[in-house]
Amino acid sequence: MTIEVKNLVKKFGSFSALDGVDLKVNDGELLALLGPSGSGKTTLLRIIAGLDWPDSGEVSFNGEDALAQGARERHVGFVFQHYALFRHMTVFENVAFGLRVQPRAIRKDEATIRARVKELLDLVQLDWLADRYPSQLSGGQRQRIALARALAIEPRILLLDEPFGALDAKVRKELRKWLRSLHHEINVTSIFVTHDQEEALEVANRVVVMDKGRIEQIGSPDDVYETPATAFVHGFIGESIELPVQVEGGLIRLGDRLLNLAADGLAPGASKLFVRRHDMQVGPPGSGAFEGAVRHVRNFGPVQRAEVALSGGETIEIDAPRDRELRAGDTVGLNPRRYRIFASA
Amino acid sequence: MTMQIAEPVSLSSPDARARAHAAAARDNLRTEPRAVRVVIIALAIAFLSVFVVLPLVLVFAQAFSRGVLAYLSALAEPEALAAIKLTLIVAAISVGLNLVFGLVAAWAIAKFEFPGKTFLITLIDLPFSVSPVISGLVFVLLFGAQGYFGGWLRDHDIQILFAVPGIALATTFVTFPFVARALIPLMQEQGTQEEEAAISLGASGLQTFFRVTLPNIKWGVLYGVLLCNARAMGEFGAVSVVSGHIRGETNTMPLLVEILYNEYQFVAAFAIASLLAMLALITLIAKTVLERHLDEGQDVHDH
Repeated sequence: MTIEVKNLVKKFGSFSALDGVDLKVNDGELLALLGPSGSGKTTLLRIIAGLDWPDSGEVSFNGEDALAQGARERHVGFVFQHYALFRHMTVFENVAFGLRVQPRAIRKDEATIRARVKELLDLVQLDWLADRYPSQLSGGQRQRIALARALAIEPRILLLDEPFGALDAKVRKELRKWLRSLHHEINVTSIFVTHDQEEALEVANRVVVMDKGRIEQIGSPDDVYETPATAFVHGFIGESIELPVQVEGGLIRLGDRLLNLAADGLAPGASKLFVRRHDMQVGPPGSGAFEGAVRHVRNFGPVQRAEVALSGGETIEIDAPRDRELRAGDTVGLNPRRYRIFASA
Repeated sequence: MTMQIAEPVSLSSPDARARAHAAAARDNLRTEPRAVRVVIIALAIAFLSVFVVLPLVLVFAQAFSRGVLAYLSALAEPEALAAIKLTLIVAAISVGLNLVFGLVAAWAIAKFEFPGKTFLITLIDLPFSVSPVISGLVFVLLFGAQGYFGGWLRDHDIQILFAVPGIALATTFVTFPFVARALIPLMQEQGTQEEEAAISLGASGLQTFFRVTLPNIKWGVLYGVLLCNARAMGEFGAVSVVSGHIRGETNTMPLLVEILYNEYQFVAAFAIASLLAMLALITLIAKTVLERHLDEGQDVHDH
């Protein structure tokens, strides 16, 4: 099932949740909507599910208008951040719900329903919990049950709203891997919303980065990490050093120091320079584009994180390999292996 | 717990005694001194005995003062039976109406956003803040001979005041907040996610209501109905204004108690009163049970 969204606009009072969003989701894809809170990602997901309605714009599934249908007819599986399991039903009845409420004409008989629920509980590896109530399960188990319940109706599309947002870090990592292999197995077109970049980059085939109701970039996890399209994406994904600079005659100036870095054809004026923390190469004084004094150093496993006061007055944090020991008080030259420059908005 | 087990042995050694002292001192820091606790508890019990238990006992003592037979024959009087029947009918009507409207109001307030919502919430509480006598008078003004609809009702030969419909209306008005009040906070806390989940799984509006919403609020509904019923059967002020006190026809139990009492028929008055007192006791017990279910309802569930 392909999903196409065209020029979607949604306002809540004066707040613009979606401000002209266009998106195409391919059949069988696992897509991540990534962005800070308030970026409109959940609103977009809810509109696709039919739980919210846009002010204007189009949504189509396989070319057919989805906005003409209510949530009930769309056949979309939705997994909520806080699970939304039916608290008064057992796990088994939760999963069976979607099968039991089908119109009588197409409703399966009890034996078929039981077999199907059993199969789904096996799929999420929780068949031994069938008789428990949601309140007796851990967060990770609840979310897997919520997923099994959504899959019971054989949805054309699977939508997950911050599926691991309420779980602790370890469980979240396990479930991420599990979700990816599950998607590989069932191969339903899926979209999940997250504010966790690691989650998006690790799980998704493609990542959509959103900010303030607009799409900033759509691309593979590698694309959005390696070649961010906008200053926002660079700042949001990965840990970046961000410096306010001026472009002058094809070169970059930081404060009163002209850096020996090309401005990539950017027009003269105020700009932002982005360098990944680990892309800052440390050398002896005078060896690089920047000069600075190390303020203090902390060790994080394979890297040392140093706070460096640049001669221009800015203080930055860099991640350097531990082969060259840095000490507080050292004066160093810094050279970016790679950098990106964007005009200031 | 460990203190108790250790006591007999440990008190023999001075060291342990010092420790016990220290523990007692700690207890004093954590709670009030023993004397203060005793006085406060005694005061509370004395107050409750005089103002709650004693009247209750007196009601039954008076009711049975001439023996069980007198008590039973007082209840078997046609007037008493008529009052009991009327009270049950009125309670059934007003509880039924309030159940439906309370559910609808709570549903609208908890699950939807709309302008005027705060106003509606305030309005629901109105019957609580208005004196019941005034509530009754409102219906007299509306349906009385000189009232707004009085002429029309007379022309069509419909009797509302001084008849069952008027009593039921007044009672319904006075008891309206109970069901809605019990449900609004519960439904607000539960939010709309389970309903959204149900709809996205293909459930219709009715299926969602009966399979998801209603089971989630059933204890709250019962709680509201219970309180509503207790108040409906016990209502005096509003009913007194609209009833007309026609003996054997428009007297509810509370009204009959007053009339009998004014006629010095103490046994009969207290016999009816004892029924209302029993209703109160049963309500109290049921309320305690329901509250336990409501507390559990949030997480752990009945199986």
